[in-house]
Parts: sequence; C-alpha cells; structure tokens
Amino acid sequence: MTQNIIVIGAGMASGRALEHLFDAGADVNVTLFNAEPRGNYNRIMLSPVLAGDKTYEEIVTHDADWYEANGVTCRFGERVASVDRTAKTVTAENGDVLPYDKLIFGTGSNPFMIPLPGHDLDGVIAYRDLEDTELMMSMGPQNKVVVIGGGLLGLEAAAGMAARGVDVTVVHIMGHLMERQLDEAAGYLLRKALVDKGITVLCQANSKEILGEDGKVKALLLDDGTELPCDLLVMAVGIRPNVALAQEAGLAVGKGIHVDDQMVTSDENILAVGECVEHNGAIFGLVAPLYDQAKVAAQTILGDEAAFVQKELSTKLKVTGCDLFSAGDFADAEGREDIVFRDPGRGVYRRLVIEDNVVVGTVMYGDTADSNWFFGLIRDKTDIAEMRDRVIFGPAYQGGAPVDPLAAVAALPRDAEICGCNGICKGTIVDAIEGGATDLTAVKAVTKASASCGTCTGLVEQVLAVTLGDDFVMPAAQSICGCTDLTHEDVRRMIKSQELKSMDAVWQECGWKTRDGCHVCRPALNYYLIADWPLEYLDDPQSRFINERKHANIQKDGTFSVVPRMWGGITTPDELRAIADAADKYDVPTVKVTGGQRIDLLGVKGEDLPAIWADLNDAGMVSGHAYSKGLRTVKTCVGTDHCRFGTQDSTGLGIKLEKALWGSWTPHKLKLGVSGCPRNCAEATCKDIGVVCVDSGYQVGIGGAAGMDVKEVERLIDVETEEETIIVIKAMTQLYRENAKYLDRIYKWMNKVGLDWIRERIADPEERDRLAARFDLSQTVYQKDPWAEHAQKKAAIYRPVANLTLEAAE
Amino acid sequence: MTDWIDIAALDDIPQRGARVVKTRAGCVAVFRTAADEVFALENSCPHKQGPLAEGIVHGSAVTCPLHNWVISLETGLVQGNDEGQVATYPARVEGGRILLDTTFLQARSAA
Repeated sequence: MTQNIIVIGAGMASGRALEHLFDAGADVNVTLFNAEPRGNYNRIMLSPVLAGDKTYEEIVTHDADWYEANGVTCRFGERVASVDRTAKTVTAENGDVLPYDKLIFGTGSNPFMIPLPGHDLDGVIAYRDLEDTELMMSMGPQNKVVVIGGGLLGLEAAAGMAARGVDVTVVHIMGHLMERQLDEAAGYLLRKALVDKGITVLCQANSKEILGEDGKVKALLLDDGTELPCDLLVMAVGIRPNVALAQEAGLAVGKGIHVDDQMVTSDENILAVGECVEHNGAIFGLVAPLYDQAKVAAQTILGDEAAFVQKELSTKLKVTGCDLFSAGDFADAEGREDIVFRDPGRGVYRRLVIEDNVVVGTVMYGDTADSNWFFGLIRDKTDIAEMRDRVIFGPAYQGGAPVDPLAAVAALPRDAEICGCNGICKGTIVDAIEGGATDLTAVKAVTKASASCGTCTGLVEQVLAVTLGDDFVMPAAQSICGCTDLTHEDVRRMIKSQELKSMDAVWQECGWKTRDGCHVCRPALNYYLIADWPLEYLDDPQSRFINERKHANIQKDGTFSVVPRMWGGITTPDELRAIADAADKYDVPTVKVTGGQRIDLLGVKGEDLPAIWADLNDAGMVSGHAYSKGLRTVKTCVGTDHCRFGTQDSTGLGIKLEKALWGSWTPHKLKLGVSGCPRNCAEATCKDIGVVCVDSGYQVGIGGAAGMDVKEVERLIDVETEEETIIVIKAMTQLYRENAKYLDRIYKWMNKVGLDWIRERIADPEERDRLAARFDLSQTVYQKDPWAEHAQKKAAIYRPVANLTLEAAE
Repeated sequence: MTDWIDIAALDDIPQRGARVVKTRAGCVAVFRTAADEVFALENSCPHKQGPLAEGIVHGSAVTCPLHNWVISLETGLVQGNDEGQVATYPARVEGGRILLDTTFLQARSAA
C-alpha cells in the first residue's frame, strides 16, 4: 500500500532521507513543503559560493527533474500552518488539508539574533540561507562589514567577503577564535592567518548597540566606546533548533524536537531529522550526523531495524589558506595529558589530548594532511601506549606498511586544493587530464597548477597517476646521489625554508643516509649553503673538488695549471714580464693563450703553487678562477677604442663587469662576452651571458654555450646605459645563483624555468634591484683573491706533512 | 715487528682531508676522517695514478680527483663497479699525534 509522506522543510537532512527512500524503491507518495522558495541545496557550501569558488547552481543537490522523476509534490515557498495529529493531517498556509501516514519534521534551525538595540535595522542579517549569501556577495571593496561571532560560520563569512575585497571586522566575545573547536594556541595561529588576509579581528569585544540611520545599519558600538562603521552587519553567533510548529502540535520538545534512536518523535507517526532534533540531550549543527539521521529515518519508514548513534565529530574550516582541524574533546580535565608539537616558523601546531593512553581530542593547525588518521585514533579509541613517543608525528612515523600516497590522493575530494599558488583544485586538474592533458607539462599549461613555485609538482603527478592509471609513467625524480632520496630542488627548498645553515643541519634535517655525504652531494650542498646564506655559512674547503680547494686546475699528471686574471683580456708589458719570469722560475713546461683571452701556465707542481701565486700577486695580478664554478672570464673586443665599427666601449664595459662579478660562486662556470657591435668579435652570443653593443644601447642575451652543447643566447632585455647593463647582469647572475641546480649552466636551467619566468623578474626594476643587492651582499664576503690568502696563510698545506726521505738517508 | 714514528700532529690534517708524506719510494697519503680516524694509503689511484690525497674524503672512503673512483680507506679496495686495490699502511693516533709504522714503509721501498 502506498504511504503518504509529508516532509516539512527541504534541508540537507530531509533531502538525504528522501534519497534513501527512493533508492530503496519505497512505495511512497511524497509532498515536500519548504518555507524557502526553492528545493534542496548543499547549505554548507554557501561559504564557497560567497567566496566566489562555486555558484549556486553547483551546490543544488536536487533539481526540478529529480523531484518530478520521483513523484514529489513540491510546495516551495509555502509554510505549514498546523498539524492535527489525531486526524493525521497537515494544514497548509492556504488552507489545504493533506492527510499523511508518516510526517517528517526537517524544520532545521533559526539563526540566533542577539537582541541588541538596533538588531531589526535594515542591513543586519544572519548567515543562514542563499538570500543572506547574496547580500554579502553584493558587498565590494568600497564597503565595510562587521561580523559578530568568531566561530566557524562567522569566519567563513568574513573570509569570503574579504576575498571580495570587502573591509571586514570580526567581533568576537571570547578570548580566542573558534573557542569551541580550538585551543588558545591554534586560535592564535588562525587569527594571525586571518589578519594576514586583511581581516580585522577583535576578541574579548562586547557589542553594545547597533547604530542606524534612516532605518539602515550604520555602525556597531562596542561597550568600550569603539564605533565600527559598517554597511552590513552579519550575526553569526549560533543557531537554535526550529521547534515552534512541533511545539504547537504537542510533540515532546526540549532544546529540540525529542527523538529516539529510530528518529521517531513522541508521536509514533512523526519523525524528525536534522538541526531541529534533540537526541539524548544533544543537538546537531554539522552535516555528518545529519546524514546518519536521514539514513536511519528512511530505514524506520521502510520498516527496517536501524538506530542512530552519536559519533565523534570533527571540524574543518573552509577558508583557503587556513588549514585547521579539530575533533573530540580537548578541554583540560583531571587525568588528561597533552602531547604538543609546535613549529611557529612553519605555522604548524598539533595537539593531542590523551586520557588513559587513548586520544580523546585533537587540534591541528597549518598541516592537517594527517587529520583523518588522528581522527581514526579518536573514533576507534586506539591504545597508543606502544607508539606514544612518536604518535604526534603522524602515520608516516609509525613503522609498518607505509601509507600509499596514491591512495591518499585518490581519496581527495574534487574541491581539494592541489596548487596553493594558483588555487587549483583536484577537480580542475582531473578535468584537464580527461580533456587530453596527459602529462605534467600539459597540465601545467592548461591549468597553471604547479606552474608557480612548483612545490605541488609531486601532487599533480599523483593526480595524473590516479586519473590515468597504467597509462601514466611517473617521471623518476632524480635524487642528488645515493646519500639521499631527495632531489636537488627538494634539498634547496629545505635549505631555504627550514633555514638550514650548515652541512650538518642539512644531513640531519633531510635524513642523509651516509655519515657525511659523498663527492657528489657535498660540493652541491656547499654551493647551496654559500649561495643562500652568504653571511652565516662558512665555506667548507673539504667539500670542494680539488681545483676549487687548491685554486688551480689539476692536470692528468697531478700537476696544476695557473691562470692569472686579465681584466677584459687587457694586459700590460709589466704583467707579461711577470708571467714570463714566473714561468722561468718554476720551470713551467707549457705556456698557452686561452680562449678566454688570458695566459695559462700549465704543469706547475702543487708544492710551488703558493710561491708562484705570491710572485704574480706582487705584479698586481689575482686568481683568474679558471678552475671554478664561478665567474671565469669576460671576453671583449676593442670596441670604440680602436675599431671603426664599434658602437660602445665594449672593452671598458667588459672590465667593469669582470671587476663587479669576479670571485662569485655560481652553480656552474659562468662565461661572459661583450661585443662592440653586431659583428660580434667577442663571440658574446655563445656565452652564458652575452652583451652586444648597438648604437641605441646594449642587448643582453643569456643561455649561450660552446661546449658539449652549442647554443646561441636568447635575448633577455635591451637597456640603454652601461650602469643598467651592469645591474641587469648582477641581478641575472643572482637569480641563477639562487635558483639553478648545481652543475646546470644557464641554458639548462633556462630550459627548466623558462625564459619568460627569468625575463619577468629581471624586467621588474624592483625585483632586479633586490637581486642585485643580494649579489652585492654576497660579494662582500666572497670577492677576495684566494691566491693571496693561501700564499700568505695557508702555504703549509701545499707541502708534504712530513718528509721521510731525509730521515731514511741518515 | 713494528717501528712507529711520529710524523705530524693530528690537527695538521683537516677533518675529511689528507696530507702527503714523502718517502724515498714516493708519496703516502695520510687521511683523517670526520670521526678522527687516520689511514695511510699509497697516494696513487689504481686507475690512472691520480693523487688520492687531493680527493674528497667521505665516510671512510676517498674519491679520486681525476675520474671519481671511490677507494675504501680501510681496505684500499676500489668500491662500486670498478676494480683494483691501493696499498694500505698501519697508522694510528696517540696523544693527538699521528704515528706511521716505518717497518712497513721501508718494506714498501725495498719492494
């Protein structure tokens, strides 16, 4: 026999109950009343609608087709006037009397309005339904809004409007935000994050009166006399179950409509679900238990055994950039202990409340990736005695089978944010992949995910793997060496973000597998530390390849080559005489002119190095760094000095550049060239950085090479003056120093980050100046002649530590 | 029989570094690790006779500066896929001084 079912209120709980009934094929005839002039929508997604992340259409759960297909008579925009329980009828506002077999109350809740003077002014609203949301969405950068209430809903409203540029102030009566879900420490971090979003947060603030003008809200007055002007005032201080109709009908009512475990009220033919319900003294505001109730109610109507059980609840705030999670009970109490993890630098806070070796509550802020695992511990009442010493670090540190990261990614909802820089959600990436973007580059191009800082690259690849299944080949991330599984990029990020300033710190924090690295990773780490912490880190010669340790190039027979600097390729008779004398004095077998326009003395014995350097120093020459991953040479032509085609003083500029850049360490060798005209006699267009002078100024190109690969430079920028050229090249060198992988020449690095990315930074005058300033800072430490230093102070290490040939002869 | 002689202070060699001792039969490389262990090896890589004392010291191994062969300081054996062995000599540290055994060094020069 077909049952007549009347539902009062089209909310999330009643909507879900109807789904269960129809899914089970129940023989029912449903009439659905709703005071709001619309059907069921996902009310908890109003915040994303407010923030502009979603549209109303996207959060509608049931549309007209669905109601029609299931034979639901919709009476939207109509209230129920009364219920006659004896006759089992409902009377609508228009007088219609409808009989029911089962009646479901889903009347929800009413927002609580503090009865402040002025609460009935125009522009004082709650945050409850689409109308409220639309009013808030109409606010813009020219508007001020005050939100009373620093709870979940109030903060989502505030953040949503702040994202629209609205000047928002949150007024909260308690000492910290979300005091029901967060402890003080997490509340503090949340407040900090909201303030960073431009929201003004006032805690311990008592509202006194709402001031108006012509019946419209004008300001909120606090009891300390502060007046907060506003065009809109949102009260989000709590909800009260809507029980008026149930009360009139004579049902048992407390805070809410009393129900038993089967969701049946004091009348066996009337059920209630959702926020209007009181079950075992509790009322409900979060969605998870509402869905449980809906399922139980449907089963009760179908005649199946079912019971509603209250479960532990968890809370997440839907505000971009504020990751917080709380669950269970975290109030202080006798017999309770805390385990707290706090890393203010990263803005991470994690607290577990423990009672008898069981986690009873948790608050997490900043890093909530493991929240489900912790929630599981609470829900399952897991005994943590065994893992107490490491439980706070999360599932990855508990031994046993590692958590499959792909499963975690697969479980993420579509609206989970993957790329924080560009705000790209998983759904967007999946759509792009299904639309044909089947590798990282394509996803990056289509969605911009991982196209900014790149930190989420791994996650994007996992989304690719999950979406494409076996069709996806995960590119193997190349670790630096066998000492670590981390890539150069990972380690460099760690050095910067964790402020690792010593080799030991890197080994410890990054979990090096070897005691002190190897010949592959040590020079790389030494370089990264020098480049990122020029003032704090002390160069470690023992982590340098011999050429950089002894400031000369080792040759195949163990002798060395010595190349003094010749600025811009210009020398003098005195310098040449000193070089010739040195070659004679130290029996140098080969003297060669190099491609970088200077002279190489090959075959110098290691022991003689300090002495030959001292002689060359005396003649005014310094190390040419012909051995370094650093500035090598600046090759020039004679420019306007002598050449009839020269357009600018290319030699002079080359010398200035070499004097500015010498001594700097770079990821790989750095060779420059300056040509005085486009005939390009200095071969500037195949240098790492090349300048071609023209009548109108200077064309700066980057990414040339003439080694294993031969590359022509690509134009970075054109500038008008010599000074500008020097600043551009300093900035360019610093950008390369800060970002490239060790042993990548500029062209290789450029292929990874893209010329556009480099150009944007160098073209921005402020960014350019900042980079150049950081370069200059590093030069204050590193622009020094290592030859002089070693000849004067470290000559001993070039000699044998002992000579046993003499003793043996005695 | 052993005949230890004092060749230098431990601190004359940097941690993760090496210095050379000259003998009549060529150079011996004396290494000091991060853990202050001291090892003495022939200063010549079995590959192309690279000067091992100029290599990067890591763990208890050294990488030859010429072609990156990695040699165990404890055994003199070449690590990884390459093959070969470098002669090793007894060395120890006592009271902050490095001692080498001349018996072995002389046996080597006689060979």
